[in-house]
This record gives sequence, structure tokens and C-alpha cells, in this order.
Amino acid sequence: MGADDIRVAIALRVPDDVVRARQAGRDAARTLGFGMADQTRLATAISEITRNALHYGGGGACEILGSRDGRGREVVVTVTDGGPGIPDIDKAMSPGFSTGNSLGMGLPGARRLVDWMNIESQPGLTRVVMAMRRRSPA
Amino acid sequence: MRIPILRLGDILLTSIQSDITDEQALILQADILKQLDQTQAVGVVLDISALDVVDSYMARILTETARMARLMGGEVVIAGMSPLVAVTLTEMGRELVDVLTALNLELGVEKLRERLASLAGESGEDVADGSR
Repeated sequence: MGADDIRVAIALRVPDDVVRARQAGRDAARTLGFGMADQTRLATAISEITRNALHYGGGGACEILGSRDGRGREVVVTVTDGGPGIPDIDKAMSPGFSTGNSLGMGLPGARRLVDWMNIESQPGLTRVVMAMRRRSPA
Repeated sequence: MRIPILRLGDILLTSIQSDITDEQALILQADILKQLDQTQAVGVVLDISALDVVDSYMARILTETARMARLMGGEVVIAGMSPLVAVTLTEMGRELVDVLTALNLELGVEKLRERLASLAGESGEDVADGSR
């Protein structure tokens, strides 16, 4: 790892951890030199996904990896949980999808805020990976 | 920590001063409705200028709080949403549906008073209509 690399891991067990994770995401984005708007996008996307891990997955972990070099900056956030999994990812990604208790999962919203998102889910392991990349101005 | 709600004449003022958990947001919602009920205040201005993250859950709580207050006969004005939060919510495809908003606390109080005055005017007309 280089001097400009960041690695933060946050356990997701209680509601405070969602706040901690989104603040850590903002801090990482700021440290890496992302703009204020991107910091807010990342913090908000992390908030959506870590809440899912806590509420639907019964808890899990959030890992934030960041790096910066001469060409640009990148942050990758991985949120995992050991819950029952998302039965239909396509459906969960469609806007307006909500579960029985009418709480949407916020997945489509988070997807729009980041450059890249991947969801893998099966009973016992759900992993959501999000990434944001910005090139340095030439 | 509970978020304090201040009474200023017939309106309530409250300000979220730092990032809060979902549970704190729900407690604030319940406290606002309780205060509306107990103090006979007619409206609430909720200052969210210090909130740097409003995700879909928080947007939903804010919208629902306004809706619940209206069912009780009160009004809620959400004041001071930061530009970055507004951009992010819009990009996510979220918004505060059918909620009064204002640029800051002061304008929020003004908007609430205007809204209440116009509602009073409407009900006055209703009475006049009914008496004909």
C-alpha cells in the first residue's frame, strides 16, 4: 500500500454504526481529494447500503478502500452481511420497490450516486461493492 | 441525546445539530407530534441545515412527519437543506413530497406564518359560505 492509500473497516451491529460508516466514507473521500458533492454522494450511498446490512442482514461489515496516485483517485466500499439475502436483485434494484413493511431498500438510489455497483447475494452472504473514480485534472 | 423543541408563541422550532441515527429521527418525529398535541402550537419549523447526509430513510421520515402533523391540523416547514443534500436527493430520485420548505430558519418561520394565515383565511371563507 502506498502513502496515499486508505483502509477503514467498520463493524455494523448497532444504528450508530451506520452513522459511523457514512462519516468514515465522507472522511475517506475528503482525504483522497474528492469534491464536496462526491463526498456527499458517497456518504449517502454508504448510508443506504449499511442500513440494509443492519436491518435486513442482521448486521455485517463495511470496508472502505481508497487510493490516490498521479492519475486520479478511487474509493471502493464493500458492505457484507450474513442475512437471508436478497431473493430478487433485479426487483430490488427497480425504483419504487419496497418490502412488506414498506421500507424501500434504497439500492436504486445508491446505485445512481456511485460510478459502479455490484451486488452478490445468497442466503448467508450478501456483498455490495460500490466504487467512485475521478481522474486528476490534466 | 434528545433533540430539543422550543416553543415560540404558537409555533415550535427545532434544529437537528448533527448527524443522527434512524432511531433518533423517529424519536424526534414522535416528540414533534407530541409537542403539537400538548402545546396547541399550530406548526413546526424543522431546521436541517447541519445535516450533511439525508438518505432515502431520512427523506421518508421528514415527509411523513409533515404528513402526520397535517393530519393533526398542524404544519411543518423543513428549513435549510444544504445544496449538496438537495443535489444528492434529486440524483437519487428522491424528494420531499408535498412538504413546505424554506432556505433557512428565519424564512421558514415566515413561510409557516404565511401558510397558517392563508389557511385561516380559507376557513374563514368556508364559514362565510356556510352562513349564506
